[in-house]
Amino acid sequence: MKQLLKAPILRRAAGLALVSVLSFSLVACGDSKEETTGGSSDDVAKTEVVLASTTSTQDSGLFDVLEPEFEKAYAQYDIKIVAVGTGEALELGRMKDADVLLVHAKADEETLVQEGYGVERKDVMYNDFVILGPAADPSGVGGSADTPTAMAAIASGKAEFVSRGDNSGTHKKELKLWDAAGITPESDWYAETGQGMGDTLKIASEKQAYTIADRATYLNMMDTLDIEVVFEGAPELFNQYGVIVVTDAANQDGGQAFFDWVTSQEGQAIIADYGVETFGQALFTPNAP
Amino acid sequence: MSIYVDSAKEGYSLLVSGGLDVWSIIATSLRVSLSAVGIALFVGIPAGYWLGTRRSFGRRAGLVLANAGMGLPPVVVGLVVAMTLSRRGPLGSLGLLYSRPAMVAAQVVIAFPLIAAVSAAAVSSVPRELRLQARSLGASALQEAWLTLRECRMGLVAAVAAGFGSIISEVGAVMMVGGNLRGETRVMTTAIVQYSRMGRYGAALALGAVLLGMIVIANIALTGMQTSAERWERG
Repeated sequence: MKQLLKAPILRRAAGLALVSVLSFSLVACGDSKEETTGGSSDDVAKTEVVLASTTSTQDSGLFDVLEPEFEKAYAQYDIKIVAVGTGEALELGRMKDADVLLVHAKADEETLVQEGYGVERKDVMYNDFVILGPAADPSGVGGSADTPTAMAAIASGKAEFVSRGDNSGTHKKELKLWDAAGITPESDWYAETGQGMGDTLKIASEKQAYTIADRATYLNMMDTLDIEVVFEGAPELFNQYGVIVVTDAANQDGGQAFFDWVTSQEGQAIIADYGVETFGQALFTPNAP
Repeated sequence: MSIYVDSAKEGYSLLVSGGLDVWSIIATSLRVSLSAVGIALFVGIPAGYWLGTRRSFGRRAGLVLANAGMGLPPVVVGLVVAMTLSRRGPLGSLGLLYSRPAMVAAQVVIAFPLIAAVSAAAVSSVPRELRLQARSLGASALQEAWLTLRECRMGLVAAVAAGFGSIISEVGAVMMVGGNLRGETRVMTTAIVQYSRMGRYGAALALGAVLLGMIVIANIALTGMQTSAERWERG
């Protein structure tokens, strides 16, 4: 009886393992098939351009208009957008896993080009950051005369502050603002998500906490959030985006094509229009030289 | 190749120097997943016993549900639990979203069908005659259940292993309901996602190695329990 008892269990376990392995490989097969058949609907052989950008740019929805317009202008290219933190986006450039970068950490971007990983860098557009918090504004951030005062009000800790904490462009900006206010934000009112802008906004809203976000992502998610703008418009909250072509990337020509297009009149006009219809205001201000 | 070597070196030195808050992350992982497995066992094994012993239509339907539940996508579990606990959701007033209890809840939902289905399989492999005999000798329903579960404890160990393995390495649901808050709800899997997003492959790899090591250790312990049970049976 004891022998009887063991065998079916083992057989079931083995069967279970087999089923899971099979289903994984099926999924994998499905994926690769899609890759090979999906792109070839046109007769033109398309080459892939990998654009590494940030989650906040993707969350803003800008790529949903940029991508189709670019592919219309350059039918030979199929653009793949990889949205990660600024830190990883720059790393993808260093490792030549991306052909072109669209990020917002100007000092780091210039270093990347100086180190020879990027061919050239240009300003593309800017937007601004806003400080968000619960409507009741328990820490009284709203009445602040300038950004350092606003940061000091948050640091009174009457409500939590939720930080990206992921070394992203937005996180770096936030750290600069704390620094300028002479505050070290290491306290029980300070939470770090290590996640993207959209997730961090949701967490701040759930916790009825303060946070800093780029206006584009905030406007996109406004309807689902229970926090609102409490401080805005100060010069320190300015957010410059740059585009960089990666040196010796797999498809450097494609990267260059996107670089030229997004800084051209055509690309800049699309950026200037984006958001006007949906939000009543443009989310980005184009400023390519 | 150098990407692996460099990352591994960086990861090793981070682990040794304690430059990452690895230990608090590991502690959170263990605390959350062990609580979840404990709760899932508490409800999953009785459910498995019921599914493995009853002969009724309800049993078939229950088995189908449990087996289907094994394939429940964790990310969907995460989504539904997050929506339920959200401030705008039905249980929003509890203020539980982005906390450890929320993560435990999601992991229980993921592990429960697995544990129920695997233990039902184990229980149904115990010959029915054994239970009938026990009853005829005057055993109570509880004693009968205890005897049956003891008879198939190897299968139950497999249920624990399946449940624990599925949640300790799960990332989608815990990210959605836990929020990866540093020092609070950051566990190994969500920290790995974060570090790789940040391009800190060394740190990600170091945590990956620790996670893998823990799964290996857990399986060594469970296999040890299984073989000692086998030896006892051969007696």
